[in-house]
Amino acid sequence: MAKQTPLYATHVAAGAKIVDFAGWDMPIHYGSQLEEHKSVRQDAGMFDVSHMLPVDISGAGAFAFLQRLLANDVARLKEPGKALYSCMLREDGGILDDLIVYGFATDDYRIVVNAGTADKDVAWMRAQAAKMPGGGNVTITARRDLAIIAVQGPQAQAKVWAALPGTEAVSASLKYFQAARMGELMVCNTGYTGEAGYELIFPAPRAAEIWDALVAAGVKPIGLGARDTLRLEAGMNLYGSDMDESVTPLESGLAWTVDFADPARDFIGRQALEAAPPSRSLVGLLLEDRGVLRSHMAVFTPHGAGETTSGSFAPSMNASIAFARVPVAVAVGDTVEVDVRGKRLKARVVKTPFVRKGKVLI
Amino acid sequence: MSIPTNLRYTNSHEWVRKEPDNTLNIGITDHAQSALGDVVFLELPAAGRVVVAGEEVAVIESVKAASGIYAPVAGEIIESNTGLTDAPDTINNDPYGAWLFKIKPTNLDDIDALLDAAAYTKIADAE
Repeated sequence: MAKQTPLYATHVAAGAKIVDFAGWDMPIHYGSQLEEHKSVRQDAGMFDVSHMLPVDISGAGAFAFLQRLLANDVARLKEPGKALYSCMLREDGGILDDLIVYGFATDDYRIVVNAGTADKDVAWMRAQAAKMPGGGNVTITARRDLAIIAVQGPQAQAKVWAALPGTEAVSASLKYFQAARMGELMVCNTGYTGEAGYELIFPAPRAAEIWDALVAAGVKPIGLGARDTLRLEAGMNLYGSDMDESVTPLESGLAWTVDFADPARDFIGRQALEAAPPSRSLVGLLLEDRGVLRSHMAVFTPHGAGETTSGSFAPSMNASIAFARVPVAVAVGDTVEVDVRGKRLKARVVKTPFVRKGKVLI
Repeated sequence: MSIPTNLRYTNSHEWVRKEPDNTLNIGITDHAQSALGDVVFLELPAAGRVVVAGEEVAVIESVKAASGIYAPVAGEIIESNTGLTDAPDTINNDPYGAWLFKIKPTNLDDIDALLDAAAYTKIADAE
């Protein structure tokens, strides 16, 4: 029996087509995925992402625990509410999950993890804390009592302010990747689309009321289908497709999220990452021939073979794009070939993101 | 879900319309376009290609996935609806108007073996 978010009935009533995603009944679209994609790029759309799990990390040892747990360094979180994107690694450098950590104080953090990895993540966190002196002096609390709605698009922030009284005052001055708390409502200036917007985290019983207020303010419901094409255009990885436990962040376009600066910081996976330079990297591809790239297509380069990890028609570009894991010598500007259903089509290696704030960058 | 009674159908969700000149226009059903989602790309066969029944002759790519389109009967492809390649969403908006290609069948009687609307309705409903 698949799990359902507090907004399941709302999605069904809105005509959503429901699919299984990581064991959850989730809306894939509410009619047209292309229209939904366009709404987010041009106006404002919202996603129910309540299948993702907030995990609160509190206690005197929270800062030290997270410095050990995460590949990025929570010491970067200097202002209250600042957020950091990070991978959580195994000892061998394999990626257990990618996540966002929000820091309010050195004893008060909230992490949001992926749905498909949530149980594994919490178990891993507890096991790592248990290995530290005094159990790490942290309390790890999985917050299944919360719901999350991501509102994204050039008009998203204005529409959130119109729909939810009081939010403008707490969020207007937030920087990108910073959150503020208004009682039990957390307003996060983050997202997974390459557009402006907020991710709202709040007690699950309020989900339908907040969703309806956003609908009334003109925010369109968006399914996971458009979420995938939006994030791909925005050059953002999807856990389970573009990366998993078999690859490291350095092989996944995420070297910028691994902080080696503090030589004393012994984060889990550090030794493995430092011991072996990566042989592969994750790059963006733009298909130059006609067709559509998908995941798991073979890629042929002058430096050896690779494989696409995500691929799609990119609605904002009217072209097809992909991420591919290829030998590390493959560089931006190179032409490669992709096996698209038995035909070798030409693609160009390009810098990501493909699209940011409504503009095609390629 | 629209399933016109004047057309013939296949298990693989193509519709077949017999034209006055005894050629056959082929497209995909309303059920099929709905299951595929927004169509974004088409690969259509070249005129003159001789095909057998069940042969993959075209590909429809939606935002979700690629789907093969099969020749319902043996014959020769005499035309493809190339205008659709610039407006592939026509397949979503007007599935029974958006013919993909035209076949001159080797045996016109072969269409009698295809599904009628009632039989296809059962297949579509079962999915």
